[in-house]
Amino acid sequence: MTKDECKKVVIDIIADIAPDEDLSALKPDVRLRDQLQLDSMDFLDIVMELRKRHSIEVPEADYIQLASLDSCADYLTPKFNALSAKS
Amino acid sequence: MNTRSHYDVAIIGAGMSGLAAGIRLAHFGKRVCIFERHNAVGGLNSFYSLGGRKFDVGLHAMTNYVRPGIKGTPLGKLLRQLRIDRDEFALCEQKQSRIAFGPRGETSLRFTNDFAVLEGEVAARFPAQTDGFRRLTAAVRSYDDVSLDAAPVSARQIVRQHLTDPLLEDMLFCPLMYYGSATEHDMEFGQFVIMFKALFLEGFARPFEGVRVILRVLLEKYRAAGGERRMKCGVRQIVARDGRAAALVLDSGEEISADNVISSIGAPETARLIQPAAPGPQASALPGRLSFVETITILDRQPAALGWGSDTIVFFNDSARFDYACPADQVDPRSGVICIPNNFDYGPELQLAEGIFRCTCLARYDGWAHLPEEAYQADKRRWYQALQESAQRFLPALPEAGTLARATVATDMFTPRTITKFTGHLGGAIYGAAEKNRQGRTGLVNLYLCGTDQGFLGIVGAMLSGISMANYHILQKS
Repeated sequence: MTKDECKKVVIDIIADIAPDEDLSALKPDVRLRDQLQLDSMDFLDIVMELRKRHSIEVPEADYIQLASLDSCADYLTPKFNALSAKS
Repeated sequence: MNTRSHYDVAIIGAGMSGLAAGIRLAHFGKRVCIFERHNAVGGLNSFYSLGGRKFDVGLHAMTNYVRPGIKGTPLGKLLRQLRIDRDEFALCEQKQSRIAFGPRGETSLRFTNDFAVLEGEVAARFPAQTDGFRRLTAAVRSYDDVSLDAAPVSARQIVRQHLTDPLLEDMLFCPLMYYGSATEHDMEFGQFVIMFKALFLEGFARPFEGVRVILRVLLEKYRAAGGERRMKCGVRQIVARDGRAAALVLDSGEEISADNVISSIGAPETARLIQPAAPGPQASALPGRLSFVETITILDRQPAALGWGSDTIVFFNDSARFDYACPADQVDPRSGVICIPNNFDYGPELQLAEGIFRCTCLARYDGWAHLPEEAYQADKRRWYQALQESAQRFLPALPEAGTLARATVATDMFTPRTITKFTGHLGGAIYGAAEKNRQGRTGLVNLYLCGTDQGFLGIVGAMLSGISMANYHILQKS
């Protein structure tokens, strides 16, 4: 998986959690919280959807890695690739 | 189907809060079952059929209504958390509501889903209070009402720091208390803030077909997520062992177990099921004292034909002070709430087939609970009449006495006894115990409360209660 594909996965999840947000012009290097109305309940849902859909585990100490799309991609892409290497 | 004997989570009660908790848990892969004693879902917000008509119970209006695009409010949170598209609820806004005080409603404050209307009314009727009202509103806006561990403070005390006219104070408290106070005379300030936002800063709306639309959406989500439910299948005992809810005994005698149990049936109601009794915050909870009667009158014409076409909800009080308390008599007709469901804005094409006129007043549970059937029916008839007469004083006058009776095609009435019979809530207490348990913890480590006794009230509050307890105690831990 490439980092761009990984960003797409995250955007798809946010689109389902927060369908009332406009995701067409998200800046990858800016914190999601600063661009969208996402509260801690929504971030919990991003983590849980990652687990449910992709079996990716994000421990609570790492939630901060999900701050922006870029940091999501940096953090999650190796996890996705490790997972597909195993299967 | 329905043969499993162990679940990840068992939920007691299929009201709004239990269903919302169930949707969250099932969506994230938990094996969940909701056990409901009644044959219908909805609990305190449900509907029933009588003589070919469908009647709503509970819901006058959905509070917390905000228009699309307004984010960060309870309605938006609940839609997101339950993956509901707001179009699924198809909410239609109120026309206008009023708070009418005085023997004939001489002092009246109108409000709509636009807060500026209420601000303007306060400024016009209570010019000396304008600044105070603005300060109170600012205090409400800046208060953190979702904190699960805020210290309780008297709302009357805080309101009096801003407002000096007791009439305005009572007029503001009246709708907030009627739509969600489990305590008499005063409210906890956090509850006041939640209700002030829900009614005044946000507003009222309703699906054209009433509460059943909301319940239908919740049931569809729950089923699609894989949740199970067992109807006419109450829980009669929670078996306590080693500080845990080890098993649930169902009304049928069958025993099931679950890693976690969420009870939406109320704190004292839950405590009574635990065997052997367990100490904990639920054990000392007393049933609430506030109950209601409601009359429902079906009319052969639209209320507008009687001149009653503009008010959606009217909160009234005829006395010098507003007395929100368990009445000494069976009913206290001095104050109450009128709801005319026809007066939501359903658009130019739609109107409810018949006129509906609902009237709610405070009632005393033990004035109704143990009456022999004949006396019970006679008292219902007597109070039905008294409520109609009381409420009419606050609506535009009808041309002549008897007009309402001649337009009436059917009536029904519920009492505190009806509430206990169909919902199991002790004392007919609509808003649960006076003492709330925000954390939802009990004396058993895997048993949690959600719903009215957890403390988020109203229909949106109920759903958020189920959501937040499921998140906080179960999803965040796994």
